[in-house]
Amino acid sequence: MASVFEYAPAPESRSVVDIAPSYGLFIDGEFTEAADGKVFKTVSPSTEEVLSEVAQAGAEDVDRAVRAARKAFEKWSALPGSERAKYLFRIARIIQERSRELAVLETLDNGKPIRETRDADLPLVAAHFFYYAGWADKLDHAGFGADPRPLGVAGQVIPWNFPLLMLAWKIAPALATGNTVVLKPAETTPLSALFFADICRQAGLPRGVVNILPGYGDTGAALVAHPDVNKVAFTGSTAVGKEIARTVAGTRKKLTLELGGKGANIVFDDAPIDQAVEGIVTGIFFNQGQVCCAGSRLLVQESIQDELLDALKRRLSTLRLGDPLDKNTDIGAINSAEQLARITALAEQGEAEGAERWSPACELPASGYWFAPTLFTNVTQAHTIARDEIFGPVLSVLTFRTPDEAVAKANNTQYGLSAGIWTEKGSRILAVANKLRAGVVWSNTFNKFDPTSPFGGYKESGFGREGGRHGLEAYLDV
Amino acid sequence: MSDHASISGSAARRLSVFKTYKLYVGGKFPRSESGRVYEVTDPKGNWLANAPQSSRKDARDAVVAARKAFGGWSGATAYNRGQVLYRVAEMLEGRRDQFVREVADAEGLSKSKAAGVVDATVDRWVWYAGWTDKIAQVTGGANPVAGPFFNLSSPEPTGVVAVLAPQESSLLGLVSVVAPVIATGNTAVVVASEKAPLPALSLAEVLATSDVPGGVVNVLSGRTAEIAAPLAAHQDVNAIDLAGADEELAKELEIAAADNLKRVLRPQAVDYFETPGIERMTAFLETKTVWHPTGSLGAGGSSY
Repeated sequence: MASVFEYAPAPESRSVVDIAPSYGLFIDGEFTEAADGKVFKTVSPSTEEVLSEVAQAGAEDVDRAVRAARKAFEKWSALPGSERAKYLFRIARIIQERSRELAVLETLDNGKPIRETRDADLPLVAAHFFYYAGWADKLDHAGFGADPRPLGVAGQVIPWNFPLLMLAWKIAPALATGNTVVLKPAETTPLSALFFADICRQAGLPRGVVNILPGYGDTGAALVAHPDVNKVAFTGSTAVGKEIARTVAGTRKKLTLELGGKGANIVFDDAPIDQAVEGIVTGIFFNQGQVCCAGSRLLVQESIQDELLDALKRRLSTLRLGDPLDKNTDIGAINSAEQLARITALAEQGEAEGAERWSPACELPASGYWFAPTLFTNVTQAHTIARDEIFGPVLSVLTFRTPDEAVAKANNTQYGLSAGIWTEKGSRILAVANKLRAGVVWSNTFNKFDPTSPFGGYKESGFGREGGRHGLEAYLDV
Repeated sequence: MSDHASISGSAARRLSVFKTYKLYVGGKFPRSESGRVYEVTDPKGNWLANAPQSSRKDARDAVVAARKAFGGWSGATAYNRGQVLYRVAEMLEGRRDQFVREVADAEGLSKSKAAGVVDATVDRWVWYAGWTDKIAQVTGGANPVAGPFFNLSSPEPTGVVAVLAPQESSLLGLVSVVAPVIATGNTAVVVASEKAPLPALSLAEVLATSDVPGGVVNVLSGRTAEIAAPLAAHQDVNAIDLAGADEELAKELEIAAADNLKRVLRPQAVDYFETPGIERMTAFLETKTVWHPTGSLGAGGSSY
């Protein structure tokens, strides 16, 4: 649908961020090369431009980093909580100061719109450090008994969809509770973690308390398996999560997993349609749908199906896809060629299995990795696109007639991370929310996050919670 | 007359009636479908009874029963669950002498020591009975998010929990691992101590008369490793407590449990006489967080 008024380009400036041609591993407070000298390139998914060359950690580097973290643990855990708190407050403040730079960096390396990095990711990153800073000297009051102890060295592996936010979710509670960390960012988005290493230096954080090891899956596997790691935290796919659970079986390593999802977004016939449409869009097109808690299954009450779909399609036609650095962009680039191939294959499978595909008229840029916002109707519960996590801007629409049927369909999944409910009837919200087997239920809203609010899944979406008082437990010996 | 005298004399030494111990599944007392039993002896090797030796099929049946019971039990009010758990304490107290005898036999304890065990067991039920309607207030609550949202976290039961009861503490240990699981609304498939299963099988009779709905607790006896393997691998079991597994078995089961990402409580040294913490309850709870807008809903500025 052509608009009467075209938007002029409104690009954010790249000049606020200075990306070096190469980066090392961050071990014991120093940037250093990988022991075997290996490096890999990180590209901007919207242009395929090589942004930088990054050292690739191997098993030897993992060992070095764990030893540094172990050594640092002694002093870090012995610090009064009030002192640890001040380091975390410093980090939170420096992130706020540098948030524009980090937002641009994150958009370049990840491909997500600047509107999201600027307005969602970065404020939340700072807020997480600020929130957990305040816990560091109050752990006696957290409900885990008097004087709960840290675990030791935390090995943390994070995904590429929210590189800096996932780092904050992992590192802030770990440091607040007195642990030291070795963190592996994803291979397609290592840069913001390396910038964070610099923030640790600016904050004067003692050497070895935070170590950053860019690398691929094998780096993460070596970290998880390292005998001197006491705690493993992972966010990523369910398949890898299961592999990690097997690896740590029989050890004393504490494990928390944040894995996949196939969230149901349930719209009842009395829902405020315009608000529901906004919620559906936020639910599945935020961060190009590359969100584990995305509302990727729309369950709409049969009687309002046509009305809702018309409104939804109209709204999708106004979404702007393109340069992620443009402040008016809604849909940015898919994170990698590999992820684009996966989304493409699953969407094709959806068609092959008989679901009806629709996308708004949408021009895709010539270079980079792009996928138009897509919705499928005539979807049944047996369809692959209704069962498998796609992790892309693809919405499957199913219908229901009664609240019980909505609940049954919503729960008919191996996952249990998130769900949405849209209705004006309060008792229905509470009754349905009660019955949904999901860790986070958004009613009349979607994809909201806050450091004070516990996040995490039921069933095969993993175990443990991040955020809030609950998030401390993963890093304490309780 | 003399005949008579001898008859009444033998009546004084009358043959006791042995008890056929059975499993407890779905509120019923079946024999093992395998038809197998194994000899249970006291620590000195004296025969006590033949206990059912459960099979994989018994384990699967127990999971089906536990799943069926989950909706009702998890949906019951916390107050109601507290009443039911307290009722278990009442029933157990009424059968105190029987359990003192059984625990003394099973664990080779003196009568007075066994009495201490049974008293502690009754008190443990009472302790957990008082927790059912308090755990949500301790582990949940309002989250002060930075935005116009009502945001509440509450604990919910994980689902069906497989419990490998401790091997040494046949009654107190058993109750210490079962009560926290059901107090929070989970349902349980319990594998009794392999060597000393009889107090567990008798406890089932107490549960059956204590208003605990059928299927909420299911008790199996037999070879721990044999019964635990299908439970750890079962796709409809949500969590497993490995208290009764040795190190080698625990590792094996934990690997199997990874297949559907069961919540695993690893074996740990526990003094069951000490008042427990809440960890055995929180290990099998999920946290559900619900968000709802407060005030202004839309971009148009519409308000409440």
